[in-house]
Amino acid sequence: MTKPQASKGEERQQAATRPLLDSPPVATSARTDRTTLRTSESARFGLLTRGADIWAYREILVNLIRKDLRVKYTQSKLGAFWSMLNPILYLAIFSFVFTVVLPPTIPNFPVYLLSGLVVWNLFNGTLAIASRSIVDNTSLVKKVYFPKEILPLSSVGVTLVDFALQTLVLIVFMVVFGYPFLGLNMLLFPLALVALVLFTTAIAFWVSGLNVRYRDTQHLLNLVLLAWFWFTPIVYPAAQMEKTLSNVFGVDLFPVYLVLNPVADIVFAFQRAFYADPTPMLNGESTDVLVSLGVGQLALLMVAVIIGSAILLRITWKSFFKMAGDFAEEL
Amino acid sequence: MSQTAVQIDQVSKSFRRVKQAPTSIKQRMTNKLRRRTLEYDDFWALQEISYEIKTGTSIGLIGPNGSGKTTLLKMIAGILRPTTGVITSRGRIAALLELGAGFHQELTGRENVYLNASILGLTKKETDAVFDSIVDFAELHDFIDTKVKFYSSGMYMRLGFAVAVHVDPDILLVDEVLAVGDEGFQRRCLDRIQSFQQEGRTIVLVTHVVDQVRDICTEGVMLLNGVVHQTGTPETVVREYRRLLLKEDVPWVAGEPTRDIEIASVQVLPPEGRTLDDVEPGDNITIQVDLKASRAVEDPVVAVTLHDHHDVLEYQESTASLGANLGRIQGARRVRFVLRWLPYTSGEYFVTVGVTSRDERTLYDLAERSGSFSIPVQTNKIAVAHIATDIIVEDAT
Repeated sequence: MTKPQASKGEERQQAATRPLLDSPPVATSARTDRTTLRTSESARFGLLTRGADIWAYREILVNLIRKDLRVKYTQSKLGAFWSMLNPILYLAIFSFVFTVVLPPTIPNFPVYLLSGLVVWNLFNGTLAIASRSIVDNTSLVKKVYFPKEILPLSSVGVTLVDFALQTLVLIVFMVVFGYPFLGLNMLLFPLALVALVLFTTAIAFWVSGLNVRYRDTQHLLNLVLLAWFWFTPIVYPAAQMEKTLSNVFGVDLFPVYLVLNPVADIVFAFQRAFYADPTPMLNGESTDVLVSLGVGQLALLMVAVIIGSAILLRITWKSFFKMAGDFAEEL
Repeated sequence: MSQTAVQIDQVSKSFRRVKQAPTSIKQRMTNKLRRRTLEYDDFWALQEISYEIKTGTSIGLIGPNGSGKTTLLKMIAGILRPTTGVITSRGRIAALLELGAGFHQELTGRENVYLNASILGLTKKETDAVFDSIVDFAELHDFIDTKVKFYSSGMYMRLGFAVAVHVDPDILLVDEVLAVGDEGFQRRCLDRIQSFQQEGRTIVLVTHVVDQVRDICTEGVMLLNGVVHQTGTPETVVREYRRLLLKEDVPWVAGEPTRDIEIASVQVLPPEGRTLDDVEPGDNITIQVDLKASRAVEDPVVAVTLHDHHDVLEYQESTASLGANLGRIQGARRVRFVLRWLPYTSGEYFVTVGVTSRDERTLYDLAERSGSFSIPVQTNKIAVAHIATDIIVEDAT
């Protein structure tokens, strides 16, 4: 941006009276030297060039996220409280079911539930918005040029804000139950968060592109997510899942589960980071709540999920990019 | 010195129209099971378009509906991909295909300005710098913090345009958005575009109001059925476009004039005591045509049409349809059409005169828009037609 800012607004008239013909304003500007080529093929997919393109249009991303948050929160008197209400409501329901109706199996249930639920809500919430993100912004896609990745990325941004608010609720409960905030296990949190955002973004690219061509993707997605939620130990003890899977007709399927369900891996890491104690005391006896993996093992698991998600992200991003060139025609 | 802003090279675009394309995963599965193959046909919206747009020029892109103007604009903007061919552009492009793209009903005018400006490529800082100017331009000082869902459609459009004219592109693509707001607002829009031109920016303007092309543009491009039909000065392209419109309306405009008979002059004569700018409803107008035949021509026909300022055909008549016979013409001849009792309350009307053979197969000469007259708007008469009316009042017993 070397173009003089003085040539803006009302001053533009004055700028026009300068001897433009001697020095055409277009020739001096750095950004105008950018030559764009448009052909039948989409440009070669390169992470660096895509990244640079999105960076150049980052203002749209920021403004779309801001728009969604404004629309979501200023319309209601309760505002940001709504997104905290969701985990509180879940907490009330599941606490009732798992500590009153059924015999209690998890001490300090709110902390356990919330540490997994914040993960799930980010994953679930992002995919719900992302799957509709292209279709809901038809007028933009058909009328303006910008990198289409911005639309699914903005859904990640919006749910990240919810995630932050819901994590506040979790922290409140940790204070209430007297949890320490210092410890080696807390180091799992940033690692797991990176893994979560990478994996969620990868799936978001995939479903948002697919939903343009097949509009029932979003409905199918809801069913898949419902099943996925119950196959992930969020409301029941993770140790239960490990115990069940480690001996299926004499075969240990738990490692397979760890590979097939990265969301569960991330949930395990979050639970270890916040809930901390894998075998807390319940009625004077120690009970298995978390998986038997140590902090170091979980950290390694997170690194593996990050690497896997990064590879997956590259694949889904590329397929999204290939599809994106035709969005304006298919909508 | 003159650089190329946009180079369009052998660009074609086809849209695949698939009959019953699967729009759901379920349909796709059932199609596979039934081994149904998809029927489709390709529709070529543009074929082998090549054109070089120089930096600093203003191109007026005209053509009838469906000729591919908007498709071409969208490809330059990068919204659509060419099917074959290459478009190379230099510099930042802003495409005004829709005013207020991305406006959200629940946001205030202020919030929408920032959102829309970022979509059109302005940074927050740049928007801050021009924000007051945008509000001034849109004349929405009292409403800028109101949600846009409470705006009238005029206010909405004004705000959209105000943001649009404050973008800072090297290449500005405009699609049919100039016809917004009242006359004063339109005037300022045109001023704005002219200052864009003075700053050496490149403009591509798609419009149906061809007079705008003549007023604003430095070059004209006419598309017809997906190919470049004509390029050149705005005057020649606009004339060709009008001619095409005329051809659709009147059968006798076919082929090039042979000039066996020439139209030496066309004069539009107002009624006595008035000028051509000051005609009143119910007046008589005389169209006087002077012909000159260089060789003897048997039985020609003189035809006259009136078009309004939207190029809508309002009237056509000819010596043949009126039962007059000109006989054999050699040398000079004068034909007068006296249009008695004009049925319009207001408007500007353009006269076109043609001379053809009786079977209308040969066009001898054509004088397009060779004259005009206008009826000023009268505040007490806003309807279209002026009809002579008798009033009879009597006792109904």
